[in-house]
Amino acid sequence: MTIDLSRRDFLKVSAGSAAALVVGLSPAGSLAAGPEGSVLNPFVHIDAEGVVTVILKHFEMGQGTSTGLTTLVAEELDADWATIKTAFAPSDNAKYKNLAFGVQGTGGSTAIANAYTQYRQAGAAARDLLVRAAAQTWQVDPATIQVDNGVLRAGSHSGHFGEFIDQAAQLTPSPEPALKPAEQFRLIGKLNLPRKDSRDKTDGSARFAMDVKLPGMLYAVILRSPRFGGILKDFDAGDAAAVAGFVTAKALPNGAGVAVYGKNTWAALKARQAIRADWDFAQAEQRSSAEMLAAHRSAADSPQYQARPETTDTVAPRVAVASRRIEAEFSFPFLAHAPMEPLVCVIEPTDNGVQIHDGCQFPAIAHGAVATVLQLSPEQVEINTLYAGGSFGRRATPTADYQVEAAQAFALLGGKIPLKLLWSREDDIQGGYYRPMALHRAAIGLDDQGQIVGWDHRVVAKSILKGTPFESAAVHEGLDHSVVEGLADTLYRLPNLAVGVSDFHTPVPVLWWRSVGHTHTGFVMESLLDMVAHETGRDPVELRLSLLDRGDKTQARLAGVIEAARDLAGWKPGQKRGFAVHYSFSTFVAVVADVSADGDQVHVDKLHMAVDCGVAVNPDVIRAQMEGGAGFGLGAILRNEITFQEGEVVQNNFPQYLPLRMPDMPEVAVHIVPSTLAPTGVGEPGVPPTGPAVANAIFAVTGRRVTELPLTKAGLRFV
Amino acid sequence: MEFQLNINGEQRTLEAEPGTPLLWVIRDTLELTGTKFGCGVAACGACTVHLNGTPVRACSTPIENAQEGELVTIEGLDDPVATAVQEAWREKDVVQCGYCQSGQIMSAVGLLRQTPAPTEAQIDSYMAGNVCRCATYVRVKDAIKLAAQKLEG
Repeated sequence: MTIDLSRRDFLKVSAGSAAALVVGLSPAGSLAAGPEGSVLNPFVHIDAEGVVTVILKHFEMGQGTSTGLTTLVAEELDADWATIKTAFAPSDNAKYKNLAFGVQGTGGSTAIANAYTQYRQAGAAARDLLVRAAAQTWQVDPATIQVDNGVLRAGSHSGHFGEFIDQAAQLTPSPEPALKPAEQFRLIGKLNLPRKDSRDKTDGSARFAMDVKLPGMLYAVILRSPRFGGILKDFDAGDAAAVAGFVTAKALPNGAGVAVYGKNTWAALKARQAIRADWDFAQAEQRSSAEMLAAHRSAADSPQYQARPETTDTVAPRVAVASRRIEAEFSFPFLAHAPMEPLVCVIEPTDNGVQIHDGCQFPAIAHGAVATVLQLSPEQVEINTLYAGGSFGRRATPTADYQVEAAQAFALLGGKIPLKLLWSREDDIQGGYYRPMALHRAAIGLDDQGQIVGWDHRVVAKSILKGTPFESAAVHEGLDHSVVEGLADTLYRLPNLAVGVSDFHTPVPVLWWRSVGHTHTGFVMESLLDMVAHETGRDPVELRLSLLDRGDKTQARLAGVIEAARDLAGWKPGQKRGFAVHYSFSTFVAVVADVSADGDQVHVDKLHMAVDCGVAVNPDVIRAQMEGGAGFGLGAILRNEITFQEGEVVQNNFPQYLPLRMPDMPEVAVHIVPSTLAPTGVGEPGVPPTGPAVANAIFAVTGRRVTELPLTKAGLRFV
Repeated sequence: MEFQLNINGEQRTLEAEPGTPLLWVIRDTLELTGTKFGCGVAACGACTVHLNGTPVRACSTPIENAQEGELVTIEGLDDPVATAVQEAWREKDVVQCGYCQSGQIMSAVGLLRQTPAPTEAQIDSYMAGNVCRCATYVRVKDAIKLAAQKLEG
């Protein structure tokens, strides 16, 4: 199970118990160890009873990181898997940074990739210290000591880890502890290592931020503008006072809404319904979805930016004179993330500042944002990270939107009363930070032999990253790379590919959504290749393989997963099935989809998935992420869209924003390509190829090519 | 006003406004937080509890409707069917984020009490009211089948 320990609690607990050995990194960044309280950032904590706790610098939203990071330590430490514990690290940018970002946060399918060596080293250093301590105690050669499941043995001597922590804490860790060669792994790659979060998530004891209740705590919800960009002019509490448990209502200082306070959740929700607010919509979005789509179309006529060396101006004329052309337009709706746990943040006063309780995905941003709102120094803010009930990107906003709301609402009451700020499901569906609407237009020129001679591709979407702290890293000369990832950097060898990009502008806030730009670029690229295969009478698998050069290591791995999925599914040319493959977050996933159709009624029967993610640290977690990624992607392309009517979001809860349900879920077979290369992420890469594989299967079975999402727009019904 | 609830085998007296959904009484007042808030409109099943042995959505059940019966939440599950379901869930490592899983388990227990050896179609139909945004459905179904086997054997 995961124990819920803030730094403060951690020190409190250990001060009252026996000494412990902690192993981690020194302030200078080298491996360090010492007794409890040493100035270092611990990754491994071993108490006098021999209980090992792994400190997780990444949060757990279901992707399996608490199991993954713990596997890395336990492997090198030879700890006992059944008893090893986990705790979320405190918010500390310097000590617990994601090595891929340079700051503390989880995302981009980076957790295992960035921590793979670091957490193994911490485990190996701890093991080495314990072995040397035991060797001193027993007066034996360290090389004769065996370690197994948390117990050290040499000849007739034996003892658990806890018996050697005092001596070990006096030793200096090896700067480069030897890591196990792969053939000695007993946990990494093990097929059915039980998840560490399985027990407490099956008996109701797992703690999420939504579950936090503090003495004297009030509950708050926000009444927000019905149109994005609206500013609060005034409000009337109306009959809210008649709601039992209503406390007060106050305007947020930035005009973003009205904070409504109650003595319990129900009182806050009910009181909010009684409040009438007046909004200034001068700067607000007031268009409907059709007008927004038209604006995308018009922006596609003249791209603002070019994402590749070839340009629209040089490629378009080549395509125009090609002997055959394939032309298509694809449109994608705004999408909500809709994690099962609605957004929530609890904030409480401490002796010298505040502590927030949050399923915190990006402490690096939330920590500073809360400090700024409350005019505190960073040292006065602590974050207690709890399990997050899903995220799919939603809990990592560059604005720390919901943590800032919590801090504002807390401050409005004087900053002395513990407060839980929560979003209802309606807030979640209507509250923005959506996967952007996107439009693709492509014209592909083919020669007489059916070879691609030019590809004029244009994309229009609102930039996710412009205006955020990430702009400098991911936006170059106006081009937001996240709009064209998976397209402009495609691994296929496509001659004369130009990718022109234009920005769409709207006050509707947009955000990365599980696999970000790949959610649309993968769908379009893989649909278009299916169209090329159909037009030229080629097998979709063979066509893709012909566009890859196996002399290039990355392209060879893409070819490898294509063949693996083909073989897993028993794919044969001419069968009525769908194929797609996509490379994202340094991971390769190929999918064969089987669907059945009866008129407009379609059922997705089975997905055959092959994944190459380097070393498979936890094969069962990888399988789970492929299953879940496929289901998440499938649910979106079947039925999901956020639409606008005169600037207001039409959908407001699950009855309108229809989630994938059990009867929709296909069978999923997963093959993990064996690899000794460095591990890469699996949280997102299952999403992009699933949608196009299903759409291509629908074309194969029904003859209908759907390019406007969700698929239900084409009149298809999923049963 | 004052209400009496029989929950997890205990008689509890509490103050609540008439019409308060059972969910908020269970979570905010009784602090049994294994029962989750997901949608508030009986469309996701995260708040599923048992009322007289039958799964109901606590978010859409007024407290008045629960006064006469026996309520059980995930914390109070304690019978061979529940044990088989929870063990099967762990063996299959069903959970991801875990937020919907209390509700999934409460529904699965309800299914197996009513239909000890459900078909695929019966599982699909009975479990269709429980949403999992992590899409753990493949394993939820596998775990239900495994639990049915355990109970049979």
